[in-house]
Amino acid sequence: MRELFRRQPRFTPAAEAENAEVPDNLFFKCPQCKELNYGKEFQEALRVCQSCGYHAPLSAHERLTLLLDAGTFREWDTGLRPEDPLGFVAGPPGKEESYRAKLDSARRKTNLQEAVVSGEGRINDHPLVVVVCDFGFMGASMGSVYGEKLARAAERAVERGLPLLTVSASGGARMQEGILSLMQMAKTTAALGRLGRTRLPHLSLLVDPCYGGVTASYATVADIVMAEPGARIGFAGQSVIEQITRQKLPEGFQRAEFQLEHGMLDLIVPRRELRDTLTTLLRHYGGASPKITTVTVEAREAQALEVRS
Amino acid sequence: MSTTSQTARATLDAWARVQLARQAERPHTLDYIGDLCSDFIELHGDRAFRDDPAIVGGIARLRGTDRTIAVVGHQKGSNTKENLRRHFGMAHPEGFRKARRIMRHAEKFGLPLLTFLDIPGADPGIASEERGQGTAIAECIQTLTELRVPIVATVIGEGGSGGALALGVADKVLMLENAVYAVASPDAAASILWKDAKQAPAAAAAMRITANDALQLGVIDRIVPEPTPAHEDPHAAIRAVGEAIREALDRLIALETEELLAARYHKFRAIGQWREE
Repeated sequence: MRELFRRQPRFTPAAEAENAEVPDNLFFKCPQCKELNYGKEFQEALRVCQSCGYHAPLSAHERLTLLLDAGTFREWDTGLRPEDPLGFVAGPPGKEESYRAKLDSARRKTNLQEAVVSGEGRINDHPLVVVVCDFGFMGASMGSVYGEKLARAAERAVERGLPLLTVSASGGARMQEGILSLMQMAKTTAALGRLGRTRLPHLSLLVDPCYGGVTASYATVADIVMAEPGARIGFAGQSVIEQITRQKLPEGFQRAEFQLEHGMLDLIVPRRELRDTLTTLLRHYGGASPKITTVTVEAREAQALEVRS
Repeated sequence: MSTTSQTARATLDAWARVQLARQAERPHTLDYIGDLCSDFIELHGDRAFRDDPAIVGGIARLRGTDRTIAVVGHQKGSNTKENLRRHFGMAHPEGFRKARRIMRHAEKFGLPLLTFLDIPGADPGIASEERGQGTAIAECIQTLTELRVPIVATVIGEGGSGGALALGVADKVLMLENAVYAVASPDAAASILWKDAKQAPAAAAAMRITANDALQLGVIDRIVPEPTPAHEDPHAAIRAVGEAIREALDRLIALETEELLAARYHKFRAIGQWREE
């Protein structure tokens, strides 16, 4: 467990190509307003542009550091590893790439084994289960490991009587695991449904960008659906929509503000207010006594199976 | 056989199935309802926005049983005119919301639910995004995972992406021999992975989308054979599907509700491949 914390990257501005000429991460050039942010101030502002409010991406561990009380995170299921169930190879002639090679390069790039990190921790002393995407790992696409980690996290939340927070940024289902990825949508939604039946809340935070199979499954049917300002959230990707409809997309299309306006979100939470908002929510749900109903669901099921055998 | 020719054959096979699955003369949901059911009352609308012709459903009597069932499926057209009206089965959010209404209706009256999957993919337009395509699909999936009546789903043509799964979470999942079931349509996958939609045949093979693949991967329970492709002999295909559905229903109806729900949960819970170190 301890080495996982050591591996945790510090808050360093993303090594984007356009910043490459700026030495020592002294500045962060905002991709939205092109203003320069002083590196130190930018970090203190939780990687939010001081000029326009652009929320820069965070790795899973950066997100957890920002979210949880220091030193409270215990990671789960660190040994889960993806397989290559289809023996997948794809790409233009001469540029074919295997799923295994893609996984290897994602591992090297992120120092993670998969696209989600799960575990338990505390927010202002409220215990909860957290499952966080790392978009840097193959666009945090949802394959078997993603699904399994999330399902296990939901089941443990039920066992322990804890609320669950998901932080989702994903390109959608992972093509390289084919139909198995599609089925993770059912698996995760079912597992979180069980959590709901024990009256434990699922809080879902959508961050930039969140698309496809993740938007079309567990992430949007949570008890509370939140998003960071400006996050792009949708079912179909913008280039797909443009290609098919041959229409120019309206300004602000699919942004969090658009989704709020169209009734798809409960609230937009700026990064700086996230811990406070979550604390308030966790306090609201804290009065429930989930243990009793937890036992009932499991017992009912066991009873039903017993009757048959 | 060399690897190359095996790959070539797999490509041909997967792409040939896609072509068969897309045949306009292939029977669609209303054809199944027409042959397998009597006294069908079609239900319309999502009670919020409009009636989406790309999804149809209602209540009916299942022939060969004395049972009233609820039924919902994607509906493609069998000619261009009808396809334009039905948007090639590519449902909008209101279609999925209609489907969800029918699911809840089934639960309320204790009716077993039959679903038919036949969709290239959910509509990817601006209006669909404005009305919450992702949420509408997610709500269907969530509803099916907890629906307190038996569900039998059949992939009859194209089982494309989240729009298919929205009707695909079931206690038994059947699939016609020439149907395909995929995480994304081969055309979309080729655009993403090859940056070239013309590579759809290769994408079809790489994604393993045939009925045999789905069975091997544990995603479906049974393949319904098509001795003659369904578009050449629709009634035979429908008959075979009907027999498989009745058989599945008989078994599911014998189960206690809690047992049914537990089995459905564990069925989807178990799908996926990983290793643990």
